Amino acid sequence: MNLRSSGDRLFDITNYLVVTLFALACLFPFFYVAIFSITPYSDYLENPLKLIPSRIELGAYRQIFDMPFMWTGYKNTIFITVAGVALNIFLLIISAYPLSKKDLKGRNVILILITLTMFFNGGLIPNFYLVKELHLYNTLWALILPGALTAYNLILMKNFIGAIPASLEESAVIDGANDMTVLFRVIVPLSKPAIATFVIFHAVAQWNTFFYAIIYTSKRELWPLTLILREMVVDSGGIGRDIMDVNSPGVTEFTIKMAIIIFATLPILLIYPFLQKYFLQGILVGSIKG
Amino acid sequence: MGSASVRRMNRALRYINKKKYLYILLIPSIVYFIIFNYIPMYGIIIAFKDFNFSKGIIASPWVGFENFRYMFGLSDFYTVFWNSFYLSLLRLVFGFPFPIILALMLYEMRNRTYQRITQTIIYLPHFISWVVIGGILVNFLSPSWGIVNIFLKQIGMEPIFFLAENDYFRPMVILSSMWKESGWESILYLAAMAGINPDLYEAANMDGASRMQKIRYITIPSIKSTIVVLLILRLGNIMGNGFEQIFVLQNPLNLGVSEVFETYVYHVGILGGRFSFGTTVGLFTSVIGLIFLLASNRIAKWFKEDGIW
Repeated sequence: MNLRSSGDRLFDITNYLVVTLFALACLFPFFYVAIFSITPYSDYLENPLKLIPSRIELGAYRQIFDMPFMWTGYKNTIFITVAGVALNIFLLIISAYPLSKKDLKGRNVILILITLTMFFNGGLIPNFYLVKELHLYNTLWALILPGALTAYNLILMKNFIGAIPASLEESAVIDGANDMTVLFRVIVPLSKPAIATFVIFHAVAQWNTFFYAIIYTSKRELWPLTLILREMVVDSGGIGRDIMDVNSPGVTEFTIKMAIIIFATLPILLIYPFLQKYFLQGILVGSIKG
Repeated sequence: MGSASVRRMNRALRYINKKKYLYILLIPSIVYFIIFNYIPMYGIIIAFKDFNFSKGIIASPWVGFENFRYMFGLSDFYTVFWNSFYLSLLRLVFGFPFPIILALMLYEMRNRTYQRITQTIIYLPHFISWVVIGGILVNFLSPSWGIVNIFLKQIGMEPIFFLAENDYFRPMVILSSMWKESGWESILYLAAMAGINPDLYEAANMDGASRMQKIRYITIPSIKSTIVVLLILRLGNIMGNGFEQIFVLQNPLNLGVSEVFETYVYHVGILGGRFSFGTTVGLFTSVIGLIFLLASNRIAKWFKEDGIW
């Protein structure tokens, strides 16, 4: 008996230790970047593991705020996020509702054609050619439209709406409401948890848009933050020494890079603690059988 | 027209009229899927043509399998094939089991609050873009100012330019994706574990089973079908490494090991303007993926597993 409980305790200690270390490893890089975005570079040279700055140096942020293309990037990212989410949710709601009606004629054919798009797609070049032909190339709509509606999310939303008890709809129909009214007065309010989940996940995806921006834009004024980030932080020599401000001696290329990372990621880091209740919901939405 | 068919038509019109709002609501998404999914599928025929931008798809001449012959004759193609396959295989071997282990460990935590907090933390990297992760990695590993190399110098080692040396590129890619995605991937296994009947553990306790025995004989068998489904889907992507991660970690020095199908199609097709060849390479990878998906699903059925359909 004694032996088993000591083995049990060893198991627990190891388990907690390993998971805690992994969690710390997930958090530490962001924490580290944040610290060294406000630490004078001389501190870093002295001891790169010293996590308490000798003084707070905000020079890097001051320089970033003076870069006009940073604000253009922010504006573009906010636009593709807001417009992208609005369009995505609108399309999801209006399409999922009729598809949730099991007796609607033609529904099965449409569902099969939609499901097929999960397994077959044209690939990069045909999609690129399409965007060019639609004159979306070098517009922000090229970063919004191609991912606006996916078969997978549509089917999840359809399943969610399909699980709403029919009796809730019927009482509205007896009162003389048509399908449009039922959708917006009954179905949409009842689908709020699913809608909130899709809003969160699509907003994060749009905020992080990178691939579409690389292939569908060549003009700098259309770049979202991710492309600016790549140029300034990932590519070596992205920041010319000439833009370094001589008035902030504690600021170097390294500090500016750390600050840009925080500047571009801050919105996600700030809303993240509030997202957690939607993770479970995301799974629940996904697991309801249709 | 006979009166029977007139009646049928009237009945159909009456039905459509009654359901008109539902059909109207469906129009935007039907148009959407046709434009953004089915037209690009039709565009695959570019792979069998000598596509010329000014002529368009229809007027460009057919060349049969000429583009494929060209592709298989290219030594670059085999390098890219090997890079993609090998990297993806490493991802499978190291990256696939890790989220399962992580989920098992999280599930064994008795303190629910602590469990929830760690879960929230390990999901975080999934929500951060690869560009940000790439930026952090490039700067942490930089031979001139990166913390990793400062550390190496302090213990008397030579600095290593991790992202430029072929030997280090693959481990860096695998480790960074495991770090970024494992937490999030564990969520599906945890969801499956949440459905396990607690009576099973109760009965095992009566029989004096140890923690490891309970994991082995109760938890793992209960999530087996989830593991199988995710493995099948993973095998369907055996040539895939994702564009973004590779693209941000790629540089001219590591191109020999870092060029994979996603980046290759971008380089030759879009930057190089060779649309037909780019489409051919893309089609080739899709076909390989589909074959792997179908084959692994079939194998799962042989082993009496559910599979994905």
